[in-house]
Amino acid sequence: MKYILMMNTMRAGHGVETWPQQDLQAHISFMMRLNKDLRESGELVSAEGLSFPDQAKLVRAGKDGVPITDGVFPESKEFLAGYWIVDVDSPDRAYEIAARASAAPGPGGAPLNMPIEVRPLMSASPPERL
Amino acid sequence: MTQSWDMTSEHLLRELAPQVVGVVARRFRDFVSAEDAVQEAMIAAFTQWPNEGIPENPRGWLIQVACRRMTDQVRSEVARRQRETTVARELESIEPCVDIESDMHPDDTLILLFMCCHPALTSSSAIALTLRAVGGLTTREIANVFLVPEATMAQRISRAKQSIKNSHVPFRLPSPQERAERLPAVLHVLYLIFSEGYVSASGAHLQRLDLAREAIRLTRCAKALLPEDSEVTGLLALMLLTDARRAARTGPEEELIPLTKQDRTLWDQAEISEGIDLLTAALSKGSVGLYQLQAAIAAVHDEAARSEDTDWPQILALYELLKRVSPSPIVTLNHAIAAAMVYGPSKGLELLRTLDTDAQLSGHYRLDAVRGHLLEMAGDFESAVKHYRIAAGRTTSIPEQNYLMTQAARLDDTKV
Repeated sequence: MKYILMMNTMRAGHGVETWPQQDLQAHISFMMRLNKDLRESGELVSAEGLSFPDQAKLVRAGKDGVPITDGVFPESKEFLAGYWIVDVDSPDRAYEIAARASAAPGPGGAPLNMPIEVRPLMSASPPERL
Repeated sequence: MTQSWDMTSEHLLRELAPQVVGVVARRFRDFVSAEDAVQEAMIAAFTQWPNEGIPENPRGWLIQVACRRMTDQVRSEVARRQRETTVARELESIEPCVDIESDMHPDDTLILLFMCCHPALTSSSAIALTLRAVGGLTTREIANVFLVPEATMAQRISRAKQSIKNSHVPFRLPSPQERAERLPAVLHVLYLIFSEGYVSASGAHLQRLDLAREAIRLTRCAKALLPEDSEVTGLLALMLLTDARRAARTGPEEELIPLTKQDRTLWDQAEISEGIDLLTAALSKGSVGLYQLQAAIAAVHDEAARSEDTDWPQILALYELLKRVSPSPIVTLNHAIAAAMVYGPSKGLELLRTLDTDAQLSGHYRLDAVRGHLLEMAGDFESAVKHYRIAAGRTTSIPEQNYLMTQAARLDDTKV
């Protein structure tokens, strides 16, 4: 079964870009290691990091479907920073991976304990079996 | 090299795969590498044969290609170690792969099937490995079916083989007693492959390999190898009797059509009669098991020309037997539906209440979906709508969700 693990970060506060180099390096290699392990365990479907929220645009269809773009709203508290899609044998395994990602090191190497939202992916096939 | 390439050639190639793995694994006493080498030979065959024609001796061709890979691998391994120590003698032990073509054992496919469905593996690994080593599919095809990257699937297969290696299963047929113990796991994997392909064979997934057909092919093969086992025959019958309804099961927009509303003229009569013949043969052998009973239930449905002709008392009796032979919450759920059809919805709803505290089913969408259906039968539309909606929120299957939301909307409209 497939799950999406969404890593939400605060716009202010998380701010990876302001970390000391050593902490940043530790964070990056932690994430690389996590992805490598998931690939090797045969569970990784995809993993993507998103650009900083200041590059985001809200788009709506205007007249005749012409796109109308707008900046994002600075009052939004949380932004999606990245996600993993994993194919695992149980929900518990998805939670285990999420907990590992959540504990990624932050400033001073302390675990960030970020909230990771875990949701099952919808599929075209019926999940139930005898 | 004269024959042209078609579906039959593709099946021939796939059927050779497990036989070739058997020969090469025995020759090199290394299942893990042999299976990889055969996969490479299969890919080479899939690339070359359609253009250049099928070789006169296809099996010999595959064996030679796989053996060459194995020999290359052993050579480079020896060369690597030679740089460190001196183990020149090992090179002499690599005999050319002549005369091993005749070293085919009729049980090789069966040995592999038991190996790939080893209880040490998770079901997703067992499915992937079975499709590759026994089914002769390429890693890419399997990855496409399960919508994961090829590299991920390759890793899953390689880890599955590693677990088999670590569990030290010898490459030979398990003893009759072991076979009896492990056959349910083998049948379960085949059944999972079938149900995985059951709904996904339309529309957006048209490019996906037909897993239901693949499962039927593998189960036919298992039946040919274990002709006396009535559960193997029962499973094949179940697959055919279920697959027969495939064309009627979804509408033009891929919407699910329940059994009661299906256009029964679309059912495949050839599959139904083959399934019934198989089932009759299996039942006459005595020991009745899980798959034969499910096949019998499918057969009762298939034999009704119209939905209202369905022999529900017989289905109810079969579910009661199934509950004794192989009890599970899903069986209880289906039993409740049959009871409602025979004795009325309140009987069914009463049986459903026993599942409310079941760890596996409480909170599962199926329980709410069935409850919605029975409440609708009882005329309590308001509660039915509520349960259909709960079920729609809980399922992770898109066609199922659309179906349940439509049920709720339809009832809601009639209320006004």
